[in-house]
Amino acid sequence: MSEKKAGFIEQVLPPIIVLIVVAVLLEVYVRWRHVPIYLLPAPSAVLASLRNDGGELYPALGWTAAAALIGFAGSALLGILIATALSASRLVRRAIYPYTLFFQTVPIVAIAPLLVFWLEAGLTSVTVCALIVSIFPVIANTLVGLRSTEPALVDLFRLYGATPLAQSSKLRLPAALPSIFTGLRIAAGLSVIGTVVAEFLVGQLGDRAGLGIRIVSSIKYGHTDRVFAAVLLASLLGLAMFAAVNVAAYFTLRRWHASEKE
Amino acid sequence: MRVINLYYFYGKTRYFTSSVTDLLHFRLRLNLWIQYRLMHKSVSHRREAGVGVRVEGVTRRFDNGVVAVDCLDLDVGAGEFLAILGPSGCGKSTLLRLVARLDEPQKGVIYMAESQHSAADRHGLGRRAEIAFVFQDAHLLPWRSVLDNAALPLELIGMKRSQRREAARMALEQVGLGDALNRYPNELSGGMRMRVSLARAVVTEPKLLLMDEPFAALDEITRQHLDEQLRELWTRLGMTVLFVTHSTTEAVFLAERAIVMTPRPGKIIEDMEIDLPEKRTSGIRATAQFAAETRAIYEALERGET
Repeated sequence: MSEKKAGFIEQVLPPIIVLIVVAVLLEVYVRWRHVPIYLLPAPSAVLASLRNDGGELYPALGWTAAAALIGFAGSALLGILIATALSASRLVRRAIYPYTLFFQTVPIVAIAPLLVFWLEAGLTSVTVCALIVSIFPVIANTLVGLRSTEPALVDLFRLYGATPLAQSSKLRLPAALPSIFTGLRIAAGLSVIGTVVAEFLVGQLGDRAGLGIRIVSSIKYGHTDRVFAAVLLASLLGLAMFAAVNVAAYFTLRRWHASEKE
Repeated sequence: MRVINLYYFYGKTRYFTSSVTDLLHFRLRLNLWIQYRLMHKSVSHRREAGVGVRVEGVTRRFDNGVVAVDCLDLDVGAGEFLAILGPSGCGKSTLLRLVARLDEPQKGVIYMAESQHSAADRHGLGRRAEIAFVFQDAHLLPWRSVLDNAALPLELIGMKRSQRREAARMALEQVGLGDALNRYPNELSGGMRMRVSLARAVVTEPKLLLMDEPFAALDEITRQHLDEQLRELWTRLGMTVLFVTHSTTEAVFLAERAIVMTPRPGKIIEDMEIDLPEKRTSGIRATAQFAAETRAIYEALERGET
């Protein structure tokens, strides 16, 4: 019991100490040099903004979170589906896989305005953008997982005349789960980035404005403290989604996979 | 088969007959049906637990030009325990894969003596489950409990959940794992994992068990225990076993007959009966006869080297 507690403190304490030290140094520097708030807000000013501008920021966080979650769920489902299709046939893989790289290499800042143009400014264009940014890691990792099934196990399934469907659902997909979770971890953070980038370009949307929109308007009016507060919330959102994937991975894999054994 | 053809013929001509002949045909059909049932009954009485394997002129050449097996002939009797020895690359594993139909030869044929009633057929399932394969490593599914691992073959051939779990429980008890049903493979020792693998192989009551150096990765004590367990299992179940191994003592302890192969191209250079009593306990390893048999295989292996 005490050993476990010590382990927990060892894990949690160092990053918190780093956070406090950096914040204090920043605070001291800003106050000492009298840096104007529109250039670099002190951590205390960012905290104050979180408190005072909450009426604007927290609904924005909600909209961004909704878009990021839908985009993430879409890229998870679609990514695993596409990877399964690609792993089924060598010909399909050769024909299609190079084009999935498009998701990885596409300059999202350039394509986002087009999405907004095609799909209208709103939740749809923002989620599609989040999906495009976050789907490639899911496809690539799932594909690696699906293709690295042990040959002996494939032989075993063949020996008992398993159908391709049984091979996928009872062997390849479960065996690929650790890789799939690796892809999902990366996608969780990326989906938030994709959402915020798309929101940047959507423009003012009245009540439904996400964090990206708040950041743009805050920059325009020189509210740098609010920009920082919004950025902080967006990062925390990404972290929370990453953590949620980790928890899901832990409960799925803990009985059998080395990565979750500790 | 002849009887079934007749049955079909009478069924066809039925349309052209009057009511009197109809009655006649009905009696005839009834007779044929009874005959058919009797024939099947007699077959099931002759049922054997093992199946004979005949390999005729089989050649397997890989894409890189290596001839893994060259024009090989081998006759294995039903219920026989055959050990296959030889240096690495002599085609032992290839031979097993060919017999299991996991690989196709370029030349030659492999027959398995036909049998009407297999264990799987009793459940109305396919005949593929007559063959079981045990690999060098346990190769269990790490996300499944011991019980669900052992039940996997039955699941794949479509047996109902409660039935297959019961069968798996019995198979696990036979290898001494009756109390580890709900554990996961990574919680088990190497020897226990291999026993799960063994239970998974015998769960379908196969007529032919193919084993490719199954205990090679285990320590000596564990291996000897497993050898004893396997030998016991074989005496009880009576399936045909093809057992590939590098160990001469393991071969002598387990098998009724041993063949020694040489590489490039894979050929059989020695085929010998192992003359030891049917009942073999660990004590038999210390007898002079055991030593003599081991020596005979060892000499054959050395001959193959030169």
